Amino acid sequence: MAIEVRIPTILRTYTDGAKQVEGTGSTLDELFGDLEQRHGGLRARLVDDKGLRRFVNVYLNDEDVRFLDGLATPVKDGDTVTVLPAVAGGASVAG
Amino acid sequence: MRYENLLESLGHTPLVGLPRLSPQHSRGSGAEVRLWAKLEDRNPTGSVKDRAAFFMIAQAEKDGLLQPGSTILEPTSGNTGISLAMVAKLRGYRVVVVMPENTSEERRQLLRMYGAEIIASPAAGGSNEAVRVAKQIAAERPDWVMLYQYGNEANARAHYETTGPEVLADLPEITHFVAGLGTTGTLMGVGRYLREHNPDVKIVAAEPRYGELVYGLRNVDEGFVPELYDESVLTTRFSVSSADALRRTRELVAAEGIFAGISSGAVLHAGLGMAAKAVAAGERADIVVLMADGGWKYLSTGAYSGTLEEAEARLEGQLWA
Repeated sequence: MAIEVRIPTILRTYTDGAKQVEGTGSTLDELFGDLEQRHGGLRARLVDDKGLRRFVNVYLNDEDVRFLDGLATPVKDGDTVTVLPAVAGGASVAG
Repeated sequence: MRYENLLESLGHTPLVGLPRLSPQHSRGSGAEVRLWAKLEDRNPTGSVKDRAAFFMIAQAEKDGLLQPGSTILEPTSGNTGISLAMVAKLRGYRVVVVMPENTSEERRQLLRMYGAEIIASPAAGGSNEAVRVAKQIAAERPDWVMLYQYGNEANARAHYETTGPEVLADLPEITHFVAGLGTTGTLMGVGRYLREHNPDVKIVAAEPRYGELVYGLRNVDEGFVPELYDESVLTTRFSVSSADALRRTRELVAAEGIFAGISSGAVLHAGLGMAAKAVAAGERADIVVLMADGGWKYLSTGAYSGTLEEAEARLEGQLWA
Protein backbone atom coordinates (compact mmCIF):
# COMPACT_ATOMS: atom_id res chain seq x y z
CA MET A 1 0.00 0.00 0.00
CA ALA A 2 1.01 3.56 -0.58
CA ILE A 3 -0.44 7.03 -0.30
CA GLU A 4 -2.77 8.02 -3.13
CA VAL A 5 -2.35 11.57 -4.42
CA ARG A 6 -5.02 13.15 -6.63
CA ILE A 7 -3.67 15.68 -9.11
CA PRO A 8 -5.73 18.53 -10.61
CA THR A 9 -5.91 18.85 -14.40
CA ILE A 10 -3.66 21.88 -14.51
CA LEU A 11 -0.75 19.95 -12.90
CA ARG A 12 -1.08 16.73 -14.89
CA THR A 13 1.62 17.87 -17.27
CA TYR A 14 3.96 16.71 -14.50
CA THR A 15 2.34 13.29 -14.15
CA ASP A 16 2.04 12.33 -17.83
CA GLY A 17 -1.65 13.07 -17.62
CA ALA A 18 -2.30 10.77 -14.65
CA LYS A 19 -5.22 11.82 -12.42
CA GLN A 20 -3.71 10.11 -9.45
CA VAL A 21 -0.27 8.96 -8.52
CA GLU A 22 1.16 7.09 -5.55
CA GLY A 23 3.93 8.00 -3.21
CA THR A 24 5.47 7.27 0.16
CA GLY A 25 6.71 9.24 3.14
CA SER A 26 5.90 9.82 6.78
CA THR A 27 4.97 13.48 6.35
CA LEU A 28 3.40 15.49 3.54
CA ASP A 29 6.78 17.12 2.90
CA GLU A 30 8.43 13.71 2.48
CA LEU A 31 5.59 12.58 0.24
CA PHE A 32 6.04 15.59 -2.05
CA GLY A 33 9.80 14.91 -2.06
CA ASP A 34 9.13 11.32 -3.08
CA LEU A 35 6.76 12.40 -5.87
CA GLU A 36 9.35 14.86 -7.18
CA GLN A 37 11.72 11.98 -7.98
CA ARG A 38 9.27 10.56 -10.51
CA HIS A 39 7.39 13.74 -11.42
CA GLY A 40 10.06 16.41 -11.72
CA GLY A 41 8.81 19.99 -11.32
CA LEU A 42 5.63 19.11 -9.46
CA ARG A 43 6.92 20.01 -6.01
CA ALA A 44 7.80 23.57 -6.99
CA ARG A 45 4.21 24.16 -8.13
CA LEU A 46 2.90 23.15 -4.71
CA VAL A 47 5.46 24.55 -2.32
CA ASP A 48 7.65 27.63 -2.06
CA ASP A 49 10.11 28.84 0.62
CA LYS A 50 7.26 29.72 2.94
CA GLY A 51 5.39 26.43 2.68
CA LEU A 52 2.29 25.61 0.68
CA ARG A 53 1.62 28.06 -2.11
CA ARG A 54 -1.21 30.49 -1.45
CA PHE A 55 -3.62 29.29 -4.11
CA VAL A 56 -2.95 25.60 -3.65
CA ASN A 57 -5.14 23.63 -1.28
CA VAL A 58 -4.04 20.21 -0.07
CA TYR A 59 -6.42 17.90 1.74
CA LEU A 60 -5.52 14.78 3.73
CA ASN A 61 -8.55 12.48 3.66
CA ASP A 62 -10.67 15.56 2.84
CA GLU A 63 -9.31 17.73 5.68
CA ASP A 64 -7.32 20.87 4.74
CA VAL A 65 -3.70 20.30 5.85
CA ARG A 66 -3.31 23.98 6.75
CA PHE A 67 -5.44 23.15 9.79
CA LEU A 68 -3.42 20.03 10.56
CA ASP A 69 0.35 20.48 10.56
CA GLY A 70 0.87 21.86 7.08
CA LEU A 71 3.82 20.22 5.34
CA ALA A 72 4.72 18.46 8.62
CA THR A 73 1.35 16.69 8.70
CA PRO A 74 1.93 12.96 9.25
CA VAL A 75 0.71 10.70 6.45
CA LYS A 76 0.47 6.94 6.25
CA ASP A 77 -0.29 4.12 3.83
CA GLY A 78 -3.91 4.12 2.78
CA ASP A 79 -4.31 7.89 3.10
CA THR A 80 -5.65 9.97 0.23
CA VAL A 81 -4.12 13.37 -0.50
CA THR A 82 -6.07 15.70 -2.80
CA VAL A 83 -4.48 18.73 -4.42
CA LEU A 84 -6.85 21.45 -5.68
CA PRO A 85 -6.57 25.04 -6.87
CA ALA A 86 -8.30 27.52 -4.54
CA VAL A 87 -11.68 28.45 -5.99
CA ALA A 88 -14.51 30.66 -4.85
CA GLY A 89 -17.19 28.39 -3.58
CA GLY A 90 -20.61 29.50 -3.10
CA ALA A 91 -20.66 26.97 -0.49
CA SER A 92 -23.18 28.40 1.82
CA VAL A 93 -25.05 27.85 -1.20
CA ALA A 94 -24.37 30.01 -3.71
CA GLY A 95 -22.37 32.86 -3.56
CA MET B 1 -45.31 35.55 14.74
CA ARG B 2 -46.47 38.82 13.23
CA TYR B 3 -44.25 41.19 11.21
CA GLU B 4 -44.83 44.57 9.57
CA ASN B 5 -43.43 43.35 6.24
CA LEU B 6 -41.42 40.54 4.69
CA LEU B 7 -37.98 42.02 5.43
CA GLU B 8 -38.87 42.28 9.11
CA SER B 9 -39.29 38.50 9.17
CA LEU B 10 -35.63 37.92 8.32
CA GLY B 11 -33.78 35.41 10.50
CA HIS B 12 -34.93 33.82 13.77
CA THR B 13 -34.83 30.50 11.97
CA PRO B 14 -35.52 27.26 13.85
CA LEU B 15 -32.77 25.13 15.38
CA VAL B 16 -33.97 21.56 15.03
CA GLY B 17 -32.50 18.46 16.69
CA LEU B 18 -31.39 15.55 14.50
CA PRO B 19 -32.04 12.65 16.91
CA ARG B 20 -31.72 9.89 14.31
CA LEU B 21 -28.52 11.16 12.71
CA SER B 22 -26.82 12.03 16.01
CA PRO B 23 -24.44 9.30 17.21
CA GLN B 24 -25.63 9.63 20.82
CA HIS B 25 -28.60 11.91 21.06
CA SER B 26 -29.48 11.00 24.62
CA ARG B 27 -27.04 9.94 27.27
CA GLY B 28 -26.51 6.21 26.99
CA SER B 29 -23.20 4.64 27.84
CA GLY B 30 -21.19 7.72 26.89
CA ALA B 31 -21.37 11.48 26.65
CA GLU B 32 -24.05 13.03 24.45
CA VAL B 33 -22.98 13.75 20.89
CA ARG B 34 -25.83 15.63 19.24
CA LEU B 35 -26.42 17.39 15.95
CA TRP B 36 -28.72 20.39 15.51
CA ALA B 37 -29.81 21.82 12.17
CA LYS B 38 -30.28 25.57 11.69
CA LEU B 39 -32.92 25.74 8.96
CA GLU B 40 -32.05 28.78 6.87
CA ASP B 41 -34.63 27.95 4.22
CA ARG B 42 -37.09 29.63 6.59
CA ASN B 43 -35.91 33.05 5.43
CA PRO B 44 -37.90 35.35 3.11
CA THR B 45 -36.56 33.97 -0.21
CA GLY B 46 -35.64 30.60 1.21
CA SER B 47 -31.92 30.85 1.87
CA VAL B 48 -29.31 32.06 4.34
CA LYS B 49 -28.29 34.71 1.79
CA ASP B 50 -31.22 36.92 2.71
CA ARG B 51 -29.28 37.96 5.79
CA ALA B 52 -26.21 39.13 3.86
CA ALA B 53 -28.27 40.74 1.10
CA PHE B 54 -30.33 42.76 3.53
CA PHE B 55 -27.31 43.90 5.54
CA MET B 56 -25.24 44.78 2.45
CA ILE B 57 -28.02 46.87 0.91
CA ALA B 58 -28.78 48.58 4.23
CA GLN B 59 -25.11 49.49 4.63
CA ALA B 60 -24.84 50.79 1.06
CA GLU B 61 -27.93 52.96 1.68
CA LYS B 62 -26.39 54.27 4.88
CA ASP B 63 -23.17 55.06 3.02
CA GLY B 64 -25.14 56.96 0.37
CA LEU B 65 -24.09 54.56 -2.42
CA LEU B 66 -27.64 53.63 -3.40
CA GLN B 67 -30.42 55.96 -4.51
CA PRO B 68 -33.79 54.99 -5.96
CA GLY B 69 -33.16 53.72 -9.48
CA SER B 70 -29.56 52.67 -8.78
CA THR B 71 -28.25 49.50 -10.40
CA ILE B 72 -26.74 46.78 -8.21
CA LEU B 73 -24.23 44.42 -9.85
CA GLU B 74 -23.22 41.14 -8.21
CA PRO B 75 -21.37 37.91 -9.05
CA THR B 76 -23.43 35.06 -7.61
CA SER B 77 -24.12 31.40 -8.19
CA GLY B 78 -27.75 32.12 -7.40
CA ASN B 79 -28.99 32.52 -3.86
CA THR B 80 -27.35 35.89 -3.17
CA GLY B 81 -28.73 37.19 -6.44
CA ILE B 82 -32.23 36.01 -5.56
CA SER B 83 -32.00 37.66 -2.12
CA LEU B 84 -30.62 40.91 -3.53
CA ALA B 85 -33.31 40.96 -6.23
CA MET B 86 -36.07 40.59 -3.65
CA VAL B 87 -34.74 43.36 -1.41
CA ALA B 88 -34.03 45.55 -4.44
CA LYS B 89 -37.56 45.04 -5.74
CA LEU B 90 -38.98 46.34 -2.45
CA ARG B 91 -36.53 49.25 -2.34
CA GLY B 92 -36.66 50.33 -5.98
CA TYR B 93 -33.26 49.26 -7.32
CA ARG B 94 -32.34 47.41 -10.48
CA VAL B 95 -30.25 44.23 -10.16
CA VAL B 96 -27.80 42.72 -12.65
CA VAL B 97 -26.21 39.41 -11.63
CA VAL B 98 -23.24 37.64 -13.17
CA MET B 99 -23.91 33.93 -12.79
CA PRO B 100 -22.04 30.84 -14.01
CA GLU B 101 -24.01 29.12 -16.78
CA ASN B 102 -23.81 25.76 -14.97
CA THR B 103 -26.26 26.63 -12.21
CA SER B 104 -29.77 25.28 -11.84
CA GLU B 105 -32.70 26.41 -13.98
CA GLU B 106 -34.76 27.17 -10.87
CA ARG B 107 -32.30 29.87 -9.84
CA ARG B 108 -32.59 31.53 -13.25
CA GLN B 109 -36.38 31.48 -13.11
CA LEU B 110 -36.48 32.92 -9.60
CA LEU B 111 -34.04 35.68 -10.53
CA ARG B 112 -36.09 36.67 -13.55
CA MET B 113 -39.28 36.53 -11.51
CA TYR B 114 -37.84 39.07 -9.09
CA GLY B 115 -36.81 41.21 -12.05
CA ALA B 116 -33.05 40.63 -12.06
CA GLU B 117 -31.09 40.68 -15.30
CA ILE B 118 -28.67 37.79 -15.77
CA ILE B 119 -25.28 37.93 -17.45
CA ALA B 120 -23.95 34.39 -17.93
CA SER B 121 -20.31 33.64 -17.18
CA PRO B 122 -18.56 30.54 -18.57
CA ALA B 123 -19.17 27.23 -16.75
CA ALA B 124 -15.49 26.41 -16.58
CA GLY B 125 -14.06 28.12 -13.55
CA GLY B 126 -17.38 28.35 -11.72
CA SER B 127 -17.78 31.25 -9.32
CA ASN B 128 -14.19 32.43 -9.84
CA GLU B 129 -15.09 33.27 -13.38
CA ALA B 130 -18.29 35.07 -12.34
CA VAL B 131 -16.23 37.20 -9.95
CA ARG B 132 -13.73 38.02 -12.69
CA VAL B 133 -16.43 38.99 -15.19
CA ALA B 134 -18.29 41.10 -12.62
CA LYS B 135 -15.13 42.98 -11.67
CA GLN B 136 -14.52 43.71 -15.34
CA ILE B 137 -18.08 45.03 -15.82
CA ALA B 138 -17.81 47.10 -12.63
CA ALA B 139 -14.71 48.79 -14.04
CA GLU B 140 -16.62 49.66 -17.23
CA ARG B 141 -19.74 50.83 -15.37
CA PRO B 142 -18.60 52.95 -12.44
CA ASP B 143 -22.19 54.17 -11.95
CA TRP B 144 -23.29 50.65 -10.99
CA VAL B 145 -22.89 49.55 -7.38
CA MET B 146 -21.18 46.22 -6.84
CA LEU B 147 -21.88 45.14 -3.28
CA TYR B 148 -19.35 42.32 -3.69
CA GLN B 149 -20.33 39.72 -1.13
CA TYR B 150 -16.83 38.16 -1.10
CA GLY B 151 -15.30 41.26 0.41
CA ASN B 152 -18.20 43.18 1.97
CA GLU B 153 -17.90 43.40 5.75
CA ALA B 154 -21.69 43.71 6.02
CA ASN B 155 -21.96 40.11 4.78
CA ALA B 156 -19.98 38.75 7.75
CA ARG B 157 -21.57 41.31 10.07
CA ALA B 158 -25.05 40.04 9.19
CA HIS B 159 -24.04 36.74 10.74
CA TYR B 160 -22.20 38.33 13.65
CA GLU B 161 -25.33 40.31 14.52
CA THR B 162 -28.07 37.79 13.72
CA THR B 163 -27.13 34.14 13.03
CA GLY B 164 -24.49 33.95 15.77
CA PRO B 165 -26.66 35.38 18.58
CA GLU B 166 -29.61 33.19 17.49
CA VAL B 167 -27.50 30.02 17.67
CA LEU B 168 -26.00 30.87 21.04
CA ALA B 169 -29.38 31.79 22.54
CA ASP B 170 -30.92 28.51 21.37
CA LEU B 171 -27.95 26.32 22.30
CA PRO B 172 -25.67 27.88 24.93
CA GLU B 173 -23.83 24.55 25.27
CA ILE B 174 -22.75 24.55 21.60
CA THR B 175 -19.34 22.93 20.99
CA HIS B 176 -19.14 23.03 17.16
CA PHE B 177 -20.53 25.23 14.40
CA VAL B 178 -20.39 23.84 10.85
CA ALA B 179 -21.33 25.77 7.70
CA GLY B 180 -20.52 25.90 4.02
CA LEU B 181 -17.53 27.90 2.80
CA GLY B 182 -18.22 30.16 -0.15
CA THR B 183 -17.92 33.85 0.47
CA THR B 184 -16.91 32.76 4.00
CA GLY B 185 -19.31 35.37 5.46
CA THR B 186 -21.37 32.93 7.53
CA LEU B 187 -18.36 31.22 9.11
CA MET B 188 -16.46 34.47 9.75
CA GLY B 189 -19.43 36.25 11.35
CA VAL B 190 -20.86 33.39 13.40
CA GLY B 191 -17.36 32.13 14.23
CA ARG B 192 -16.20 35.46 15.68
CA TYR B 193 -19.39 35.91 17.67
CA LEU B 194 -19.32 32.44 19.19
CA ARG B 195 -15.58 32.64 20.00
CA GLU B 196 -16.13 35.82 21.99
CA HIS B 197 -18.56 33.90 24.18
CA ASN B 198 -16.79 30.57 24.21
CA PRO B 199 -13.13 30.55 23.13
CA ASP B 200 -13.16 26.74 22.86
CA VAL B 201 -15.96 26.48 20.30
CA LYS B 202 -14.88 24.71 17.12
CA ILE B 203 -15.66 26.44 13.81
CA VAL B 204 -15.72 24.00 10.92
CA ALA B 205 -15.96 24.74 7.20
CA ALA B 206 -17.41 22.41 4.56
CA GLU B 207 -16.18 23.34 1.13
CA PRO B 208 -17.75 21.88 -2.03
CA ARG B 209 -15.44 19.76 -4.19
CA TYR B 210 -16.53 19.74 -7.81
CA GLY B 211 -15.50 17.72 -10.79
CA GLU B 212 -13.03 18.41 -13.56
CA LEU B 213 -15.07 21.01 -15.38
CA VAL B 214 -15.07 23.50 -12.54
CA TYR B 215 -11.39 23.11 -11.67
CA GLY B 216 -10.19 22.23 -15.13
CA LEU B 217 -8.90 25.61 -16.15
CA ARG B 218 -7.95 26.99 -12.77
CA ASN B 219 -4.35 28.00 -12.58
CA VAL B 220 -2.79 27.25 -9.21
CA ASP B 221 -0.78 30.46 -9.41
CA GLU B 222 -3.77 32.78 -9.57
CA GLY B 223 -6.56 31.26 -7.54
CA PHE B 224 -9.13 33.17 -5.61
CA VAL B 225 -9.47 33.60 -1.87
CA PRO B 226 -12.37 35.82 -0.73
CA GLU B 227 -11.22 39.03 0.92
CA LEU B 228 -13.45 38.25 3.92
CA TYR B 229 -11.63 35.00 4.63
CA ASP B 230 -9.55 34.88 7.82
CA GLU B 231 -8.08 31.43 8.35
CA SER B 232 -7.61 32.03 12.08
CA VAL B 233 -11.38 31.94 12.68
CA LEU B 234 -11.62 28.34 11.52
CA THR B 235 -10.73 25.25 13.53
CA THR B 236 -10.65 23.10 10.44
CA ARG B 237 -11.89 22.82 6.88
CA PHE B 238 -13.23 19.83 4.94
CA SER B 239 -13.48 19.37 1.21
CA VAL B 240 -16.68 17.43 0.50
CA SER B 241 -17.22 15.61 -2.78
CA SER B 242 -20.47 15.79 -4.72
CA ALA B 243 -21.03 12.09 -3.97
CA ASP B 244 -20.78 12.58 -0.19
CA ALA B 245 -22.92 15.74 -0.30
CA LEU B 246 -25.64 13.94 -2.27
CA ARG B 247 -25.63 10.90 0.00
CA ARG B 248 -25.99 13.05 3.10
CA THR B 249 -28.69 15.21 1.50
CA ARG B 250 -30.75 12.07 1.00
CA GLU B 251 -30.04 10.87 4.54
CA LEU B 252 -31.46 14.15 5.83
CA VAL B 253 -34.75 13.40 4.10
CA ALA B 254 -34.80 9.71 4.99
CA ALA B 255 -33.77 9.98 8.63
CA GLU B 256 -35.07 13.37 9.72
CA GLY B 257 -37.59 14.45 7.09
CA ILE B 258 -35.56 17.52 6.17
CA PHE B 259 -35.64 18.43 2.47
CA ALA B 260 -32.48 20.50 2.16
CA GLY B 261 -30.27 21.75 -0.64
CA ILE B 262 -27.16 19.85 -1.67
CA SER B 263 -24.70 22.09 0.17
CA SER B 264 -26.54 21.16 3.39
CA GLY B 265 -25.58 17.56 2.71
CA ALA B 266 -21.95 18.64 2.52
CA VAL B 267 -22.30 20.49 5.83
CA LEU B 268 -23.91 17.45 7.44
CA HIS B 269 -21.04 15.30 6.15
CA ALA B 270 -18.49 17.52 7.88
CA GLY B 271 -20.68 17.66 11.02
CA LEU B 272 -20.87 13.88 11.19
CA GLY B 273 -17.09 13.74 10.78
CA MET B 274 -16.68 15.97 13.84
CA ALA B 275 -19.30 13.92 15.71
CA ALA B 276 -17.35 10.72 15.03
CA LYS B 277 -14.20 12.37 16.40
CA ALA B 278 -16.08 13.39 19.57
CA VAL B 279 -17.43 9.86 20.05
CA ALA B 280 -13.94 8.40 19.60
CA ALA B 281 -12.55 10.83 22.19
CA GLY B 282 -15.43 10.21 24.59
CA GLU B 283 -16.28 13.92 24.61
CA ARG B 284 -19.70 15.60 24.76
CA ALA B 285 -20.57 17.51 21.60
CA ASP B 286 -23.45 19.75 20.54
CA ILE B 287 -22.87 20.42 16.87
CA VAL B 288 -24.83 23.01 14.90
CA VAL B 289 -24.99 22.34 11.15
CA LEU B 290 -26.24 25.27 9.09
CA MET B 291 -28.61 24.21 6.31
CA ALA B 292 -28.29 27.09 3.83
CA ASP B 293 -31.40 26.38 1.79
CA GLY B 294 -34.12 23.87 0.91
CA GLY B 295 -34.05 21.34 -1.90
CA TRP B 296 -36.60 23.04 -4.16
CA LYS B 297 -34.10 24.87 -6.33
CA TYR B 298 -32.20 21.66 -7.12
CA LEU B 299 -35.03 19.37 -8.20
CA SER B 300 -34.16 19.83 -11.87
CA THR B 301 -30.60 18.62 -11.22
CA GLY B 302 -32.03 15.17 -10.52
CA ALA B 303 -30.32 15.07 -7.13
CA TYR B 304 -33.31 13.55 -5.40
CA SER B 305 -34.36 10.85 -7.85
CA GLY B 306 -32.88 7.58 -9.07
CA THR B 307 -29.82 5.93 -7.61
CA LEU B 308 -27.01 7.94 -6.03
CA GLU B 309 -24.73 7.01 -8.92
CA GLU B 310 -27.22 8.37 -11.44
CA ALA B 311 -27.68 11.54 -9.42
CA GLU B 312 -23.94 12.01 -9.12
CA ALA B 313 -23.48 11.61 -12.86
CA ARG B 314 -26.21 14.19 -13.52
CA LEU B 315 -24.58 16.61 -11.11
CA GLU B 316 -21.18 16.42 -12.78
CA GLY B 317 -20.11 19.86 -13.91
CA GLN B 318 -22.92 21.68 -12.12
CA LEU B 319 -22.43 24.10 -9.27
CA TRP B 320 -24.46 22.84 -6.35
CA ALA B 321 -23.39 25.30 -3.73
